[in-house]
Amino acid sequence: MLKYLLAGIAFGVILVKEELVSWFRIQEMFRLQSFHLYGIIGSAVVVGMISVLLIKKFGIKTIKGDAIVIPDKKFHKGNIYGGLIFGLGWALTGACPGPLLAQAGGGATVIAVTLLSAVAGTWVYGKVRERLPH
Amino acid sequence: MEQIIMWLRQPWPWYVAGPLIGLTVPLLLILGNKTFGISSSLRHVCAACIPAKIPFFTYEWKKEKWNLVFALGILLGGFLAMTFLRDGTAVTVHPHLVNELSGYGIKDYSSLIPADLFNWQQLFTWRGVIMMVGGGFLVGFGTRYAGGCTSGHSIMGLSSLQWPSLVATCCFMAGGFIMANLILPFILSI
Repeated sequence: MLKYLLAGIAFGVILVKEELVSWFRIQEMFRLQSFHLYGIIGSAVVVGMISVLLIKKFGIKTIKGDAIVIPDKKFHKGNIYGGLIFGLGWALTGACPGPLLAQAGGGATVIAVTLLSAVAGTWVYGKVRERLPH
Repeated sequence: MEQIIMWLRQPWPWYVAGPLIGLTVPLLLILGNKTFGISSSLRHVCAACIPAKIPFFTYEWKKEKWNLVFALGILLGGFLAMTFLRDGTAVTVHPHLVNELSGYGIKDYSSLIPADLFNWQQLFTWRGVIMMVGGGFLVGFGTRYAGGCTSGHSIMGLSSLQWPSLVATCCFMAGGFIMANLILPFILSI
């Protein structure tokens, strides 16, 4: 489990250092006033894509020697409705879940309230899930 | 050594930070066949703490413990970076944004999180409740409904060429554009 803790710490540090955790930066992005976050997400996807291709091409295994499997995501209407709802929240809080955690760890203590509210949002989704279009 | 530390304390350019984020994808796959995704940790918290017999939360969350450990790591990483790896310079943003925000009384750029908006006093105002409590709720509800967030869909999903993730990512962006440009101005002026 320690390896995942370390991976998380590294990821949290990067999120802060690239200012993806900043509400200001997110506002800039959604006003098309800066390339910074587009550059980050774009280059992250390119590097991720190349990595996945290499893993598949060379049959790279996990450190335990297991074959690497990436489960397919199935499309449902929630990808659209949920995506839009999350987008609204993203621009409001200036944080997607990763940065929200990093903010709660290092930023204003009040972000703990936002984080708890996100847990509540997830819980309510689970509660009303069957009544939503998917 | 001192120069390295100086450099570490500055904000990192996108072409350094972006590829590092991208490397999280193969790192987690190689460490243990884990698919990168953060919003699932919120579901595991619900399953662990308040499952309330809801089918969506009754599963063996302990099998997904790595995801909670990873989330805890991000929290710690955020603490370490904000405490030790900041050089104290203000966040620099586009002058148009500075101009727009000053109209709402947002003038403090000393922290990555605007001190004028996100503080305990603000939590007792309508603006603060909408932004912190409402915003957090939308993030938690929306990501689970969408089946993932920026990490699970936009980075992991796009990296592995999943088209539902492309749909979700476009919707994240659309929601963000709508909020930032059309709705947020009203909320900020409350």
